[in-house]
Amino acid sequence: MSAPTADAAEFAILGKDAKALRALGAERHLSLSDLEWSAIQAHFKSLRREPTLAEVETLAQTWSEHCKHKTFTSPIRFTEGRKTRLIKNLFAETIVAATESVKKSWCLSLFEDNAGVVAFGKKWALAFKAETHNHPSALEPYGGSETGVGGVVRDVLGCGLGAKPVLNTDTFCVGRPDYAGALPEGAHHPARTLRGVIAGVRDYGNRMGIPTAGGGLWFDDDYRLNPLVFCGTVGVLPQWAVKKEVKPGDLIVAVGGRTGRDGLHGATFSSADLGADAPSSAVQIGHAIQEKRVLDALLAARDRRLYRSVTDCGAGGFSSAVGELGAKCGARVRLEDAPLKVADLDSWEIWLSESQERMVLAVPPKNLKALQAVFAAEHCELAVIGEFTRTGRLLVTHHERTVVDLDMKFLHKGLPRAQRDAVWQAPGSSKPSGGATLKLADALKKMVGHLNVCSREWVIRQYDHEVQGGTVIKPLQGVRHDGPGDACVIWPHAATGDMKDPMGFSVAHGMNPEYGRLDPYWMALACADEALRNLTCVGADPGRAALLDNFCWASPEDPRQLGALVRAAEGCRDAAKGYGAPFISGKDSLFNQSKDEKGKDLPIPGTLLVSAIAPVPDTTKAVTMDFKGPGNALYLIGRTNDELGGSLYHKVLGRAGGEVPKVTSPATALDGFKSLHAAINRGLVQSAHDLSEGGLALAAAEMGFTGEFGCLLDLDELPRDPRIYTHDVLLFSESPSRILVEVRPEDESAFLRHFGKGAKSAPVRRVGSTMANPILKVVGLDGSVLLEEPLKELKEAWQKTLPGMLE
Amino acid sequence: MKAPKILVLRAAGTNCELETANAFKLVGGAPELVHISELKSGKKRLMDFGVLAIPGGFSYGDDVGAGRVLANQVRHTLTDLRQFVRLGRPVIGICNGFQVLVKAGILPHSNACDQNASFTFNDSGKFEARWVHLRLNTQSSCLFFKGLPEMIELPVAHGEGKLVLKSPRHLEDLKKTKSIALQYVTEDGKLMGYPHNPNGSIFNIAGLSNPEGNVLGLMPHPERFIAVNHHPNWTRQTYRKAAVGLEMFRNAVVHAR
Repeated sequence: MSAPTADAAEFAILGKDAKALRALGAERHLSLSDLEWSAIQAHFKSLRREPTLAEVETLAQTWSEHCKHKTFTSPIRFTEGRKTRLIKNLFAETIVAATESVKKSWCLSLFEDNAGVVAFGKKWALAFKAETHNHPSALEPYGGSETGVGGVVRDVLGCGLGAKPVLNTDTFCVGRPDYAGALPEGAHHPARTLRGVIAGVRDYGNRMGIPTAGGGLWFDDDYRLNPLVFCGTVGVLPQWAVKKEVKPGDLIVAVGGRTGRDGLHGATFSSADLGADAPSSAVQIGHAIQEKRVLDALLAARDRRLYRSVTDCGAGGFSSAVGELGAKCGARVRLEDAPLKVADLDSWEIWLSESQERMVLAVPPKNLKALQAVFAAEHCELAVIGEFTRTGRLLVTHHERTVVDLDMKFLHKGLPRAQRDAVWQAPGSSKPSGGATLKLADALKKMVGHLNVCSREWVIRQYDHEVQGGTVIKPLQGVRHDGPGDACVIWPHAATGDMKDPMGFSVAHGMNPEYGRLDPYWMALACADEALRNLTCVGADPGRAALLDNFCWASPEDPRQLGALVRAAEGCRDAAKGYGAPFISGKDSLFNQSKDEKGKDLPIPGTLLVSAIAPVPDTTKAVTMDFKGPGNALYLIGRTNDELGGSLYHKVLGRAGGEVPKVTSPATALDGFKSLHAAINRGLVQSAHDLSEGGLALAAAEMGFTGEFGCLLDLDELPRDPRIYTHDVLLFSESPSRILVEVRPEDESAFLRHFGKGAKSAPVRRVGSTMANPILKVVGLDGSVLLEEPLKELKEAWQKTLPGMLE
Repeated sequence: MKAPKILVLRAAGTNCELETANAFKLVGGAPELVHISELKSGKKRLMDFGVLAIPGGFSYGDDVGAGRVLANQVRHTLTDLRQFVRLGRPVIGICNGFQVLVKAGILPHSNACDQNASFTFNDSGKFEARWVHLRLNTQSSCLFFKGLPEMIELPVAHGEGKLVLKSPRHLEDLKKTKSIALQYVTEDGKLMGYPHNPNGSIFNIAGLSNPEGNVLGLMPHPERFIAVNHHPNWTRQTYRKAAVGLEMFRNAVVHAR
């Protein structure tokens, strides 16, 4: 028997004033507000006792922004222009309300589990989740991104009764790798951060045997102190395994890795400012093979139905896993039974540690023996650490000393809600101003080589994007397997065991923080639009798409930041309703701001990543974005407006202002996507590519150099706002909902029959044709030749940027 | 006709076993995933199977060296492997499985099961996934290649795939015994450096067989080309190609019948 630990003793808070409590909180990295401290004080006062350290730690973790999403679920006084209104619960009123209003029978689990779940055929389901691991990746890029992957993979493993991961996605927002300015002490250079996070994703994902085949990169110097690392995972599970339950009397079984001192205070730390004094123990240490063992054993046990419920140990470790599973009944835990990495852990450390690769199961006692055998066969450790009860209490002991004895109700419902203020001021005049003037050809060359659109091959090749043998549309496409695909298509036969069914799915993304700088509302709609048109381009069904939201924002304590966040959430609401695409899961990461080298706050630009998933009914009919032959017709779907605000064109010119791209009618956009989907399913489309950063010119250039055929475009044929007379707008505007499509001459009339002709239908027009000569040739409104660029040169400019900076 | 039993070997960190098993299933085999510990405990016996496949992955995380730990287990647990090979039963090691066969002394063949070759990190210093052009050795008696064209394409995905030999003499031996089963080449069949040779392997070696031709180890992944739409250019009509990976599995199954 070990000596009684200090932390089972009282942790005196009762007589203390707010200042003293704040100091106590800062010392222990608790991130509790004054209001939360006083709720804890009042609770223990009514119990007539002091709390223990482990109890305060448990409350701080459970009530953290990371676990409870306080900003999204607490009241906000929102002032927009001269009007002020009270939002009681932003999450419920935007994301959830919109999802409920679109009512899709194929949504099997929304917001309640570790991931969202949608039906995939009659027997199977897809679990999808994306998370961020920003603060740890800023501190230790390699370990941060590694455990980011490990964490989201466990979310999917712990979704329902366990899903088999079949796809990983990774999106990074970082400072430019050639950043030459000053950095505060302790901050990594953006190039080092980027190399580290890529290596982390590579080493963890590849070792786990999960293809990494989707994602993105965005460069902006305002991410230099707070890089963003988004990790997503899709899992396949049988529909019978979607629901889970815990019954009193079930054993609490911990499986997988041992518990150590790594990853203490991860949840509370994620709400703190990053600084030179940030605790390094907050970053966990990843071990991919350990997680692979857990995966293999868990799914074998699932199929033998040996447990009733499962969740992963993420932020807060055992405290949150057991706390969540036992929330409705109660739980009793004996910490001395948990396998440890080192013997000298304090009780609160065992209870709160975020050591990786651990999961907690609820196991009927009669199944324990069989479960032990399954895990032993995979050399995966297993320990019974307690049982679920019907007491409604969370009771934790360590060598018979009580370290936690909390009311589940207080733990989960006792969090006091603080009201915050939010302000949104609509931007005034949006006339473009400043910047250089460039010839169209020079602007195009600069644009193709810009960091935010250039080739990602250097990164993608380091990920095993074909393991499991299901990546039938790959991230790199075209004759030389190096063009920028819109999305991957996965045919998950390794998970389903069914090689006869050609059904697969696709995952795509939308993100553009530049638009958010102008108006986060339109950014949100543009992000959803981009994700959906990417899906459509490869052959996925846009009418069956489900979305994930991942918000990364600066401090919500700044009313302007919070106002922008409200605006983005309202954009998500209107996107879900407008496209009929429900949000099935999401996550937010706030407080992404740090003191720069001059001691000034550097907030990240408000960032929203929308991830979309949809079934591809027949993967043998999927489409890639490379031109397939000469003499084919090029059709443009969607209308071009004068929308250069936040565009890549303005970026390379150094020009400010301009109209932010707007999806004024998601219904019309969706109509265009659905028409294209029908045409793809009939085999009438040779290639399709969405117009995003860089507009029409860039999309056509990419399709050309990837397929090694040229094209001729006539700008006068563009469906457009008739008030546009300038060529740069027609070439580079980033109006959403547009897709460029290649159709064989013999298929043109059949193709056009899929498009409506009503006022609310998406416009579609023939705007040019492909040709054998490998050049991008564009004719202007007056019939003059505006561009005649060899594709080879454009491709070289597009390819050299990233390797040049990272090798 | 009875489906031959295929042993698909597993260990912690193996990760291509399901698609490898599916490939065998597709051509009429009866694959079974068997953990190395089941062979060690005697619960399963190698000699009960007609084909052995060691799939790709990162067995034991490739700690100490790619495939090293599993290779030692194979040496000490699968003591009947040499007899299995002598009986002419097909053995295929893919990627990590090839690394295991080499480090266990099964390939290149030597009478005493000495290890005469090994793998080191790619010349590029990075893990890389890409499709490569390969030339099969038409003089090799490798049973997996029956009926295949001389030039094929398959994907590679590895960080530690550069084959090295103990001495130049061993390269001569390999040539003499027609054990160089396949080589990385350009589209028109020439031996060239990176990226055509993705890792810097000596003499562009992508795979080895034993002189009898029933054991094949290769870095590329045939189980990732078992359907027409696995090829990266299947959406281009002119590039539509038969799934050659599948034929390797078919040859093994046919042989084992």
